[in-house]
Amino acid sequence: MISVEHLTKRYGAQLAVSDVSFSCAPGTVTGFLGPNGAGKSTTLRALCGLTLPTTGTATIGGRRYRELPNAGRHIGVLLDAGAQHAGRTGREALTLSAMVLGVAPRRVDEVLEQVGLAGKPAGKRVGKYSLGMRQRLGLASALLGDPQVLVLDEPANGLDPEGIFWMRGLLRGFADRGGTVLLSSHLLREVEAVADRLVVIAGGRIVAQGGSEELLAGTGTLVRARDRGALAAALAAAGIGATAGSADSLVADGTAEAVGLAAARSGVPLLELRPAGGDRLEELFRSLTGPSAGGAPTATAPQIQETRA
Amino acid sequence: MSTATVPSTASTPSPGSAPAPSLLRLTRVELRKTSDTRAGFWLLLVVGLTTVAAVALLLFAGDEQDRTLANFFAITQLPISLLLPVLGILLVTSEWSQRTAMTTFALVPARSRVLTAKVLAATVLGVLGVAAAAVASALGALLTPVLTSHSADWSLSGAQVGQVLVAQVVTVLVGVAFGMLLLSSPLAIVLYFVLPTVVTVVSNTVGSLTWMRDWLDLGTTLAPMYDGTLDGQGWAQVATSLALWGVVPLVAGWVRIERSEIG
Repeated sequence: MISVEHLTKRYGAQLAVSDVSFSCAPGTVTGFLGPNGAGKSTTLRALCGLTLPTTGTATIGGRRYRELPNAGRHIGVLLDAGAQHAGRTGREALTLSAMVLGVAPRRVDEVLEQVGLAGKPAGKRVGKYSLGMRQRLGLASALLGDPQVLVLDEPANGLDPEGIFWMRGLLRGFADRGGTVLLSSHLLREVEAVADRLVVIAGGRIVAQGGSEELLAGTGTLVRARDRGALAAALAAAGIGATAGSADSLVADGTAEAVGLAAARSGVPLLELRPAGGDRLEELFRSLTGPSAGGAPTATAPQIQETRA
Repeated sequence: MSTATVPSTASTPSPGSAPAPSLLRLTRVELRKTSDTRAGFWLLLVVGLTTVAAVALLLFAGDEQDRTLANFFAITQLPISLLLPVLGILLVTSEWSQRTAMTTFALVPARSRVLTAKVLAATVLGVLGVAAAAVASALGALLTPVLTSHSADWSLSGAQVGQVLVAQVVTVLVGVAFGMLLLSSPLAIVLYFVLPTVVTVVSNTVGSLTWMRDWLDLGTTLAPMYDGTLDGQGWAQVATSLALWGVVPLVAGWVRIERSEIG
């Protein structure tokens, strides 16, 4: 059980994380989404006792990380796949961790097997590892203490599609056995297949959170016409709110029937009319991560929360 | 790679029940870290080889009457006092330059326990260094009558052994202190060698600064310890110079690491 409450981290005048609150229940996978620099890593570092929050708390099972006597036995952490000595072999890095954790040396072989690094790769120096292999080693290190909680920062980075599929299965299995998983990503597609819950952060603030089905389902209708301006006017005339969708489409706050009638009444021929699906979250995400997002993600955030509600 | 091999986590006990790793265990981990990388391994090997080389030098090129166990013991301390502090520096700084601090402190969030383990590991390294020097010295004394026309002289005072031990441990710990203060391998190693040299040169050149050499230059104050001849005022001078080069950087670095952000 992870609980982050009103977490704020300030570096001088810069607010890295502002009043972030969310929780992760046992048996679930929570996707922590946000563009690079949104405050994901700062939040995770604060959760793991590596950064002292300015205000607010982050606890695991009701205790602060720094109060856990043998932290790795309760919470497996992968915050940076590069945080291993390039001159050590993968097996040696795990052996050192196993000594600290006080687990049997055979656990090292078990986790090496589990992440697919058993055999030759285990004896190679980490400096010779690809990013994907480092991620696997980091995951092995997180699993070593047989924890109940996993906290992973961008674990899919550098993994090939097969590796991402494999990791999904591993995390799903971990959660299905009662474990709690919190993993961050800047790619929605990477986590939507495995996450039960999503927490979206931008500009240091939570801009959306909830069940992933609920968030991905959206409520609107995607509608596309040859003349988007005329369509927008038709919807406005019928009192249906709309926001810009992907390509030249609109996402309207109304049923397909209401939108279709409104368009017909104004004589606007439609090219496409269907439930918006996950497009709202994707749009939200694109607006946060796209080049147009620029330096003002906070400006878009309140508006998006409104459309979600 | 199948996920079916993952041990069940549902029945494991609640957070906080697994005991914290003991300081002894953490010290063993830190000691292992000094030798399990290529850099560490070679550094240890070089320490060993130069120690043997120092013995050989005295054995074949030194004055005949100098080939005593006490002299072998004194001369073998030189390479150790030069190189072991580098190992002490790397013991701390490699965590930052190789970014393993994140892994280390995520496993042991009580940072002062890790730092204490590093100090203890460095102390053990200092003692092991002296032990290695003793073995090499004994070898030298043993070979003296075999390879030269001189007879073996096995006399060695307890004072010399004790003072050498203190001096080597102190020297390694000064390295650890530099590492903790600077958290960068190249910076810490360069300053560790340059700063004291500057102090030595300046205090030897400027006539009015001899007090600096006598009270603040660790190289000068420790020198009598290698022969076991440190006396009353000498201990006070070791203490003041150690405060400057060891205690101040150690405390400042320790406090900073406790408070700083990792990663």
